[in-house]
Amino acid sequence: MTTTAERTATSRLEAPPGGRPRQARRPTGGYGLGRVALVVGVCVLVIFIFGPILWLMLWAFAGIWHYPALLPQRWSLSWWRQVFDYPQLVRSVGLSFTFAPVVMAVSAVVCLPAAYALARFPVPGRRTMLVVLFAANAFPKIGLYITIAGLFYALHLMGTFFGVVLIQLLGTIVFMTWIPAAAFASVPRALEDAARDVGAGRVRVFLTVTLPLAAPGILVALVLSFLASLDEAQGTFLVGVPRYVTMPVQMYSLVSDYPPQAAAVFAVLLSIPSVVLMLLVRRHVLGGSLAKGFEIR
Amino acid sequence: MPGLVIEHLSKTLGGRLVVEDLSLRVEPGELVCLLGPSGCGKTTTLRMIGGFIPPDGGSISIDGVDVSGVPPERRPTAMVFQSYALWPHMSVFKNVAYGLKLRRLPKPEIERRVEAMLALVNLSDKGARRPAQLSGGEQQRVALARALVLEPSLLLLDEPLSNLDAKLRVGVREEIREIQQRLGIATVFVTHDQDEALAISDRVAVMSGGRIEQFDEPAALYRRPATTFVAGFIGAMSMFEGAVGSDGVRLGQAVQVPFAAPIPVAAAMGGGAAEGWTIGVRPEDVLVKPARPGGRSRATARVLKQIPHGHYRELVLGLDGLEDTRLRAFVAADAPLGDHLEVSIARALLYHEGRLAHEVCGQDRVRVDARAAVATP
Repeated sequence: MTTTAERTATSRLEAPPGGRPRQARRPTGGYGLGRVALVVGVCVLVIFIFGPILWLMLWAFAGIWHYPALLPQRWSLSWWRQVFDYPQLVRSVGLSFTFAPVVMAVSAVVCLPAAYALARFPVPGRRTMLVVLFAANAFPKIGLYITIAGLFYALHLMGTFFGVVLIQLLGTIVFMTWIPAAAFASVPRALEDAARDVGAGRVRVFLTVTLPLAAPGILVALVLSFLASLDEAQGTFLVGVPRYVTMPVQMYSLVSDYPPQAAAVFAVLLSIPSVVLMLLVRRHVLGGSLAKGFEIR
Repeated sequence: MPGLVIEHLSKTLGGRLVVEDLSLRVEPGELVCLLGPSGCGKTTTLRMIGGFIPPDGGSISIDGVDVSGVPPERRPTAMVFQSYALWPHMSVFKNVAYGLKLRRLPKPEIERRVEAMLALVNLSDKGARRPAQLSGGEQQRVALARALVLEPSLLLLDEPLSNLDAKLRVGVREEIREIQQRLGIATVFVTHDQDEALAISDRVAVMSGGRIEQFDEPAALYRRPATTFVAGFIGAMSMFEGAVGSDGVRLGQAVQVPFAAPIPVAAAMGGGAAEGWTIGVRPEDVLVKPARPGGRSRATARVLKQIPHGHYRELVLGLDGLEDTRLRAFVAADAPLGDHLEVSIARALLYHEGRLAHEVCGQDRVRVDARAAVATP
């Protein structure tokens, strides 16, 4: 089960705390031992985070690479051609990029009103609700998926488009509720009152004041949902196969049927959209919207 | 009935009666301050006028129309919020134009009115800026412009100056008053700062515990506070339990502080009881001169503390024979006084069960002369 797919996922989630060394620098007074320990710690961290990615990149361009050589003995682009020639590739890319926006949109439609309500109204048990959403992520997913699969069989959702969307929603709901809820809550009520005072009705206040001000947080949540869907393999595998084989699901067969180079090439391809999206919104992610989204209040 | 009329307004929030049977009238063109300590219900009252909090009972009508059940967007009121509440994602121009756009006015009309309003608050060159790029005072003026551009019947100001530093506050409050008078717009101004209230209001409603303690013009409020609460809240006032006679007030058992000039107290009080009063004395009504050694002064006091206030200074006096009583007096900054003073009173306010019953004072001429003697020795 531990595959490159998971590894890329790890690298993506860990990448934003590139700010971590910066934070860690603060307590050092520049005294010998502490400083050495810090430098060592940072190095270990860097290797831990970037090592696997580097290794993956090397594999993607390796022709022959045998232990104990530090670099591949022969470089090659042939695996890239192999992967591009892979018959199901185009279809799986197409499927992934169909599911991701659909899942993102559905979770936005489901979660944004909930987020707004949790942020603005004294919903009874609001804190419990937020914690429960989070708890869904605390259980081993595969166990959860298997029980859900039983339910899906009964409801004739197995192997359907909607079934795949539903199972992927499980992973996006937590971002899509928490982060926008925090974003909505951080819009001062006085700004909404001021808009009503000069004549705007509730809907217009939401559209012209609340929504634009919460937009950065919502954007981050949308991106995370998109990526979560793009990366979701276990549930999609269970519910969607054989009709809906998305990119990460395809990874499984690649890993089992081909040498590591093919999987590496595929993993690199798979990570391109994530990296691009993250670069696009990094100002918001690093700017604290993400961190703020996970504060329990 | 023009202006704002509030009748028997009440509101309970979180199990606490925040506003209790409050009635108030604001005439057209008048600026009324709601003044009181925090938690007295003044902001709640203002928010009920603006429509943000539904009242539990009573009615609010503006220019003869009952607006009690009307939502804020359809009330002819405009509010300036304590935090200014400018929309950070819009330019200053757009902030001011927002309400006009909702009214679907033609674009040139909107531009003309916004420009005119920005000129009025001296921000013509800042229209393209974002609120975050402005100073606190400028933001405050944008908030005012945004409220006034809609030509509301009633302007509501919720502690609009509390986020400004002391010096700016005085300047901005004068600007607000000037604009308010120029436009002749009825205004309710909430503040906890008595200086602010006295300086800019036509009338002040002093609130405490959800009720109006006194509603009066600033001068009257200062000169004759109707209750001991108002007396303690507005300006400095020394308060004692004691008795009063035609030659002075008696504090405690023995100490007698004389009046600066004889006051026909018995006549003024209609022969009421002499005992059991709360006696309030303003510092400017306490007259002091150096005690003559071995003289037969009737009341003497020691100077415990001197607080300089620029052109005058405040003395905290301890009366001889009544050590724990504190009497405050204002004297000229350079008055050469010793540590031991002879004290008399030019005017006193007598309260019974917390309410003002009598004001006893000598003739004004006497009082002014007596004060001048101290101020310019």
